[in-house]
Amino acid sequence: MESIFFYATAAIALIGAIGMVLSRNAIHSALFLVLNFAATSVLYLMLNAPLLAVLQVTVYAGAIMVLFLFVIMLLNAENVSVDSHLRWQPIAALILGGLLLVETVVTVGRPLPLNPAGVTPETLNQLADPRVLAQFLFTDYLLPFEVTSLLLLVAMVGAVVLTKARPAQKRDQRRVRFADQVEGSEGASAVMSEPQGENRPVA
Amino acid sequence: MIEFLIEAVIKSAIIVLVLLTSFAYITWLERKVLARMQARIGPNRAAPFGLLLPLADGIKLIFKEDTTPLEADKFVYLLAPILAAVPAFIIFAVIPIGDTITLFGRTITLYLTDLNVGLLFIFSITSIGVYGIALAGWSSSNKYALLGGLRATAQMISYELPFSLSVVGVLMMVGSFSLVDIVKAQNSIWFVILQPVAFVIFMICAAAEVNRSPFDLPEAEQELTAGYHTEYSGMKFALFYAAEYIKIVAMSALAVVLFFGGWQGPPIPLIGSIPIIWFVIKVFIFLFAFIWVRATLPRFRYDQLMSLGWKVLLPLALANVVITAIAIVLRDLR
Repeated sequence: MESIFFYATAAIALIGAIGMVLSRNAIHSALFLVLNFAATSVLYLMLNAPLLAVLQVTVYAGAIMVLFLFVIMLLNAENVSVDSHLRWQPIAALILGGLLLVETVVTVGRPLPLNPAGVTPETLNQLADPRVLAQFLFTDYLLPFEVTSLLLLVAMVGAVVLTKARPAQKRDQRRVRFADQVEGSEGASAVMSEPQGENRPVA
Repeated sequence: MIEFLIEAVIKSAIIVLVLLTSFAYITWLERKVLARMQARIGPNRAAPFGLLLPLADGIKLIFKEDTTPLEADKFVYLLAPILAAVPAFIIFAVIPIGDTITLFGRTITLYLTDLNVGLLFIFSITSIGVYGIALAGWSSSNKYALLGGLRATAQMISYELPFSLSVVGVLMMVGSFSLVDIVKAQNSIWFVILQPVAFVIFMICAAAEVNRSPFDLPEAEQELTAGYHTEYSGMKFALFYAAEYIKIVAMSALAVVLFFGGWQGPPIPLIGSIPIIWFVIKVFIFLFAFIWVRATLPRFRYDQLMSLGWKVLLPLALANVVITAIAIVLRDLR
């Protein structure tokens, strides 16, 4: 019963991952990735980790992918053609992916200790309780936890700095906006071009 | 195992049927109440008081032509109403409507499941609900629908933060994510008295999360025809409608569970204590309040909506969390 369920979920996760890479439309890619996240969250549930499952859906599917979708829709970037300066990326990805595959095979092929020191089924069950997990995060693993939050903060500050237009650019933007209004097309074009310019560096 | 499965299936079926019926009759209630508040009569043709109007609506919607725009992304266009409606139903999997009853010698719990991450589960499901609306707007290939979808996405992302944070105060006082535990912790005093600020933030964000007036900008008729569901007709349109109203029921139920003591209440004279009677009464009061607000308040402007969410509600919710934490520490010290 459990193995049937596992193979079904794993198959869905794989379909999501492959579909995400292969589909030409960015929105479809995003949706396939969401499917993959949902399947992964079900796998977490099967491993008796409801907290992790719920957080996976909330953070990745509910927050990050919604923002991705929002940016794609806003920039109208469903069908982006491959830029010439990105040509090296598929090759690099192929090499790195191959390395990862070799690494995985080597690691999985070696017999791993199934019971790392002091881990029993009871302690694993305890980890399903959010209270226990939180206690670990705020005592034994406080430093990594805080460092991670700092990393996220740095990323956020970076995004704000990148979106802030430089003084010269700002003057240009104002001039463009003024020109738009003079031409009488102040409606859609001015409103649409503004968030586009601000968002491009992040996207 | 099999017994558990059968019980779960029966309960789920009952929940879905009750929700669909209540959806139909909330639309009726809304028309009646709005009409009274605007000094009109409201529906009165189908059966006395127009009681059969939801049925007539349903038949009409089934027989409507089901159109798909030529330029639409067919699959996503089909997927969007489903993605909008399903999460609305799933929320009720963890909402407890009563304690336990004994039926045919079996003890039956009046909730589908009591997760130890129940409240987080609800937040993750509501955050998924955005997809239906955003994709509906995008796949219709209609500028009004796209603008409606974009507005809805921005609005729901902005209000999710204060929405989740407003509940943290309650969580800290109970010390559990389980909704059953939260209800039981309100045995002596309701959390609306201990956490009034959280309750106000919660209700404002709930209205914004379900795109309900005064926050119904995604479907502002004067600017966007019908917003994200402009191109939808027939039963697909009905699914969006159902999603909105069932989410209103869910938010009302959640408010009752979190702040108004859930199913608990004194026995009523003459009727005695029916297990779920208090829950139903409290939810009904909230439903009425949602309709009342719609009849009373004008729509926000978009910049007002955004600055209210980010500059007022979010700091207020954060301050509430900090103050609650300090209060709990002080209480434990004594």
